[in-house]
Amino acid sequence: MQNSQRTPGVVPGRLDQASYNRNFDELHPPLDAHEAHVAADRCYFCHDAPCVTACPTDIDIPMFIRQIQTGTPDNAARTILEQNILGGMCARVCPTETLCEEVCVRQVAEGSPVEIGQLQRYATDHLMEQGIHPFTRAAETGKRVAVVGAGPAGLSCAHRLAMRGHDVVIFDAREKAGGLNEFGIAAYKTVGDYASFEVDWLLKIGGIELRTGMKLGENLTLDELREGFDAVFLGIGLPGVNALRVEGEAHAHVRDAVDFIAELRQAEDLSKLPVGREVVVIGGGMTAVDAAIQSKLLGAEHVTMVYRRGRERLSASTFEQELAAARGVRIILNAQPVAFNTTDGQTVSSVTFAYTEDTPNGMQASEETFTLPADQVLKAIGQSLEGVPGVVETEGGKIVVTGPGRTSLDGVWAGGDCAAGGDDLTVTAVADGRDAAEDIHLALVGEAAVAAE
Amino acid sequence: MANLASEFVGIKSPNPFWLASAPPTDKEYNVRRAFEAGWGGVVWKTLGQEGPPIVNVNGPRYGAVWGADRRLLGLNNIELITDRPLEVNLREIKAVKRDYPDRAVVVSLMVPCEEEAWKAILPVVEETGADGIELNFGCPHGMAERGMGSAVGQVPEYIEMVTRWCKQNTRMPVIVKLTPNVTNIVYPAEAAKRGGADAVSLINTINSITSVDLDAMSPEPMIDGKGTHGGYCGPAVKPIALNMVAEIARNPETAGLPISGIGGVTTWRDAAEFMALGAGNVQVCTAAMTYGFRVVQEMIAGLSSWMDEKGYTSVDEVVGRAVPNVTDWQFLNLNYITKAEIDQEACIKCGRCFAACEDTSHQAIVMKEDRVFEVDDSECVACNLCVNVCPIEGCITMRRLDAGELDLRTGEKVPAEPGDWTTHPNNPQTACAAE
Repeated sequence: MQNSQRTPGVVPGRLDQASYNRNFDELHPPLDAHEAHVAADRCYFCHDAPCVTACPTDIDIPMFIRQIQTGTPDNAARTILEQNILGGMCARVCPTETLCEEVCVRQVAEGSPVEIGQLQRYATDHLMEQGIHPFTRAAETGKRVAVVGAGPAGLSCAHRLAMRGHDVVIFDAREKAGGLNEFGIAAYKTVGDYASFEVDWLLKIGGIELRTGMKLGENLTLDELREGFDAVFLGIGLPGVNALRVEGEAHAHVRDAVDFIAELRQAEDLSKLPVGREVVVIGGGMTAVDAAIQSKLLGAEHVTMVYRRGRERLSASTFEQELAAARGVRIILNAQPVAFNTTDGQTVSSVTFAYTEDTPNGMQASEETFTLPADQVLKAIGQSLEGVPGVVETEGGKIVVTGPGRTSLDGVWAGGDCAAGGDDLTVTAVADGRDAAEDIHLALVGEAAVAAE
Repeated sequence: MANLASEFVGIKSPNPFWLASAPPTDKEYNVRRAFEAGWGGVVWKTLGQEGPPIVNVNGPRYGAVWGADRRLLGLNNIELITDRPLEVNLREIKAVKRDYPDRAVVVSLMVPCEEEAWKAILPVVEETGADGIELNFGCPHGMAERGMGSAVGQVPEYIEMVTRWCKQNTRMPVIVKLTPNVTNIVYPAEAAKRGGADAVSLINTINSITSVDLDAMSPEPMIDGKGTHGGYCGPAVKPIALNMVAEIARNPETAGLPISGIGGVTTWRDAAEFMALGAGNVQVCTAAMTYGFRVVQEMIAGLSSWMDEKGYTSVDEVVGRAVPNVTDWQFLNLNYITKAEIDQEACIKCGRCFAACEDTSHQAIVMKEDRVFEVDDSECVACNLCVNVCPIEGCITMRRLDAGELDLRTGEKVPAEPGDWTTHPNNPQTACAAE
């Protein structure tokens, strides 16, 4: 091993192989059958259960847990997947601590919820590992739908449409389907190439064609899609990244956190992935936390995450913040970058921050500054919509939708991160895609036909 | 510290916890370990008559019912009486009794229903120095097919006859072990008393099939694709045993007949409950088979500290204390009126009380905004189902209405005087008597 945690600059191989393996091992190892039974037994089968209300996809949680209790995990998986076709991924990445598990009556009463996420994973893994796809397609309708974006929203929409008998073509800008499941989520939350395994499993329903390397606004236009298909669903996420507009932003080793994470997710050998000794992450959301933790796990000596507002505005959950702290990430609040400095004229060497303060005119930078050494800076200050033609009405950088994802354009639906509303979570994207699919189905075959199903 | 010393039909033991006649008491090795662990006595696993030893199945002998985390709730067995030669058992009994003179050693017996067979075995058992005998009239499987065990225990005349033979042919105290596989436990108990029994012990195991293997379509435990009913025991049978003990204790014909309580005793509390309902001591098997002999130490410590707390100085003060309160339904006070009350501080808002009451009972719980659950006194019949399904102990309680208080369900005031069915105006017999 040539490099260590103290090697200056952005270099690979800071750790030994065992450390990489340990650091990027699963955050929560799966429950075995007995553990699942014991965990399932803690569920009270609540009336009108709060966990179901809290689930963006309305999974009948008490029912699937009861099915685990009774030794029918595949039935449990069906209960989950009927509502959420990406239930396997959601079991791994949902911030359950702020959704179902937060409102679990046992969390409220004892501070220890039923392990809903882990149980969901137990059930979905049990079914999917057998290669079983539990849904079949309805009689073909002869209708064709274009789905743009093979992320959670698009996949969910495509699956439901295919199930209802429509033919679907999914277009995705990248070379691989999965969207943020494949390119965004922290590696230790979804080990073993799960995202692509899940996509393959989902496509088993049939009737879905995947075309990669097709980017809206580049080699694909909305007009041709509207012309060639009976309906269009946009699940394109937020492919652009916001700029900081701070002096020195163009220095080498100042980059977008989403690219860093995507590279990491696709890396076959983590020891070949370069990381700084002094890493500074700018931002306060999940992307910032994921980038910060994973830089640390790659062997950075010091990782500091700097957010311009206070803790109450951090969008990363308490659980994520604690995870970051436990991995040795330092979090500095109420400070924003004012300059990326360089000593050699090319490469970033430090970042100067100004403390922020709330004033009657909003948040403002104060006179007080500090400088952090940095050989790598990861920007995670938010993503933006890109590639959507002006005819689609947007507001605040998102596509305006009404009801189940209807955009301002006839025959065009949208959902997931690119659409207004929602929490920018995998699970809300899945719900958006599913609900838009049902609405598209209704629009394509008519109310009478749906009622007769 | 309370004195746990026990004297049961003249047999002394340092505590009232005996191991029941069963696999744990089949051998000297086990019984010595039991005594070292602290058991007050044992009933040696049933001996049969001299001759070719008993044969057991060579597949599974036990089946089980589990709760969460595989907690054993019920056990069933198809094992027969001891399959070791009679003389080996007798030699070992003698050796153990010699080395543990302060412990109770009672020998369980089962021989054919012929006086000669009993006359033959009684003296050789007596010769071991054993403290008494227990007649196994209870085993429901295998031996019953051969006219022994529960085949005897289900016919009061046979019980009386065999008991009398034993009393006439030994000086040892005779305990008659009863089978629960009867319609009314009082009849066999009365028969035992008529035959001169010093005591009864109950319950033996209950006829049962623990489960069905749905692939093989065979009852469990399965022996080469087939199964047979076994004898059920363990925590699951305790309520049945408690009732039978109480029935004998309060029956005028058998009142005062010493009872050794058996059936799912797992903790000190179980033992105290059996004793309160009239058992002079208790016998344990499944708890020991599940956790090993050391469980007796919890039973001893628990019973002792509870007795200290209550001011009982000897076990005799506990025995039968609850018997006067076991009565018939017709004597229950119908003017005792309660209403469920939900402690909103303790409530975790699971809504199980609501689901239970709304779907299966009296629609007496209302669900308000923010999952607040409240009792509607005008519908509540005080059935207690909400209390039983609530996962939080003490969250839902039953409040007794005071005399003179309005019962919103009936619109009537609570009478100050008790009143039961025997005097209730709706009772046709009351009406007849009044005419």
